[in-house]
Amino acid sequence: MSVKALYDYPVVPKDTVEQFHGNQLVFIGWDQHLMFCSPIALPLPPALPFAALVEQVLTDAYGQHPEFTRIDWSRVEWLLDGQPFTPNPVAGLRDNGIGHKSVIRFRTPGLNGIAGSGS
Amino acid sequence: MAKPMNMRDKYNRMTRDLGWEPSYQPKSKIYPQIEFEGIKIENWEQWEDPFRLTMDAYWKYQAEKERKLYAVIDSFAQNNGQLNITDARYVNALKLFLTGISPAEYSAHRGFSMVGRAFPGVGAQVACQMQAVDELRHVQTQVHTISHYNKYFNGFQDFRHMHDRVWYLSVPKSFFEDAQTAGPFEFITAISFSFEYVLTNLLFMPFMSGAAFNGDMATVTFGFSAQSDEARHMTLGLEVIKFMLQQHPDNVPIVQRWIDKWFWRGYRLLSLVAMMMDYMLPKRVMSWKEAWEMYFEQNGGALFEDLARYGIRMPKYWEVSVQEKDHLSHQTWATFYNYGHAAAFHTWMPDAEEMAWLAAKYPDSFDRWYRPRYEHWIAQEKAGHRFYNPSLPMLCQTCQIPMLYTDMDDPTQVVYRSTEYQGEKYHFCSDGCKDIFEHEPEKYVQAWLPVNQIYQGHCGGATVPEVLNWYHLRDGQDNRDYLYSEDRQNWLRWKEASSQLETT
Repeated sequence: MSVKALYDYPVVPKDTVEQFHGNQLVFIGWDQHLMFCSPIALPLPPALPFAALVEQVLTDAYGQHPEFTRIDWSRVEWLLDGQPFTPNPVAGLRDNGIGHKSVIRFRTPGLNGIAGSGS
Repeated sequence: MAKPMNMRDKYNRMTRDLGWEPSYQPKSKIYPQIEFEGIKIENWEQWEDPFRLTMDAYWKYQAEKERKLYAVIDSFAQNNGQLNITDARYVNALKLFLTGISPAEYSAHRGFSMVGRAFPGVGAQVACQMQAVDELRHVQTQVHTISHYNKYFNGFQDFRHMHDRVWYLSVPKSFFEDAQTAGPFEFITAISFSFEYVLTNLLFMPFMSGAAFNGDMATVTFGFSAQSDEARHMTLGLEVIKFMLQQHPDNVPIVQRWIDKWFWRGYRLLSLVAMMMDYMLPKRVMSWKEAWEMYFEQNGGALFEDLARYGIRMPKYWEVSVQEKDHLSHQTWATFYNYGHAAAFHTWMPDAEEMAWLAAKYPDSFDRWYRPRYEHWIAQEKAGHRFYNPSLPMLCQTCQIPMLYTDMDDPTQVVYRSTEYQGEKYHFCSDGCKDIFEHEPEKYVQAWLPVNQIYQGHCGGATVPEVLNWYHLRDGQDNRDYLYSEDRQNWLRWKEASSQLETT
């Protein structure tokens, strides 16, 4: 459908990638860990290696969680835009198929949040 | 001498003289906005104004109410009424109402002024004009209350500036801007029917009863003054819907879609009320769940049964709202606790007694999913590590609320919905918000999402202190945990001083 208006309605998307000064917007969520109330939004360089995302970005974002240090990264299940995904740790975000405003989710089997509550 | 006219005669005389036939210009040029939404009106004469209030009667009645209201506000100020509230934590509920909703009253004033001009029918013009004046009065009386509380508590000092900038205030702001930028029929369906008629009891009742329960007579007074207007607004809301539905069968699907959209937008906005009821009132009135059952499931259910004969059904996704009632307030409060460093009011963890109340009101959800999280946060706070989320949240493109809502089949799983429009990805917290976007994508692609704007460099800088400065939010005074707040320190000092006065 499209908007009903009295005049030609301009389409002005506010969050196109050019607005982010060379970065792209990436959304990240750690499933079943709602101590972090919602997924997070980060502006990241498209060339950032996936390994750096895990080692730096995720540690900064989620390091306060008591289960974070117990994550076995070799067993983590990744979802990219809702689909199962096997990241290449040495490749950059873009080369991993992670686009502007992509959603990266990760699941950590066996770690079910504080007292198993999904928190 | 002519016989004095009664109210009905006066109203007829007033409106008859307004409804002349133009001779210099065609009506389509005088009322250019009236057709593009697709609503067909055969006869504006059939608009019934159930109140038939004339301007002089309106003026007299409202002036009387204002005299009483300002007398109470003055006496509240002179007697240091703010010291009689249950606890200074309560003031944070007020901060949320006065910074989030009062500017929205002003938006409603502007909206009704605009639609009053847009409608050709005299009855509709008069009703909209009066409501526009009401809304302006409401924001004025509320500003007086802001002015009083601002002398003693943090967070009130720049509410207008904050309304245009602060991340969570973009939720009510964008709600009203969405309505104001629609056509006149959609605006009046959104505000008069979906908001005023279907949902307003869930906004006013909890805040005003909460104020009464917690000793805040200044708020009770503006609340009561506004509430007698709300009755008229609600009647207008229902009248508008029935009028559109009776005028032409083609109007039914258009109106139904607006009801679906604005129910969902209004319900999402009420997340703020849900957390206020369950967490921010030191003395609670009822739980969010009980309020939703009473005001939406029972009263709203009866309303939509009544509207069935016009071809209208319950708003789409109402079932989701019922499923979410066990979770909504907890998830919203947890979000503000996460971002308490970036809010212009204080957050805190409920104490043991309050947790027992929550567990009793929410036997199916609280102990299982929320208590463990809170106990962890409390332990962290006691160890000197009060938890704040170090990252900015992903927002829903439509309601602009962080993506905090979970799947009711698995309450530990965040709901992710997305779509593409012209090659660009968009994300949503729910099917309700996604449907709204997909119906009018051109409108929502331009949403000013506070988090994305920060990253684009439009909000004062890249760090939290710079953004807070840009918000005019004073770091360390207006924000963070209530435990360490200046508000709490002042409150304890005042209470101690007044108890010493009593014992001497």
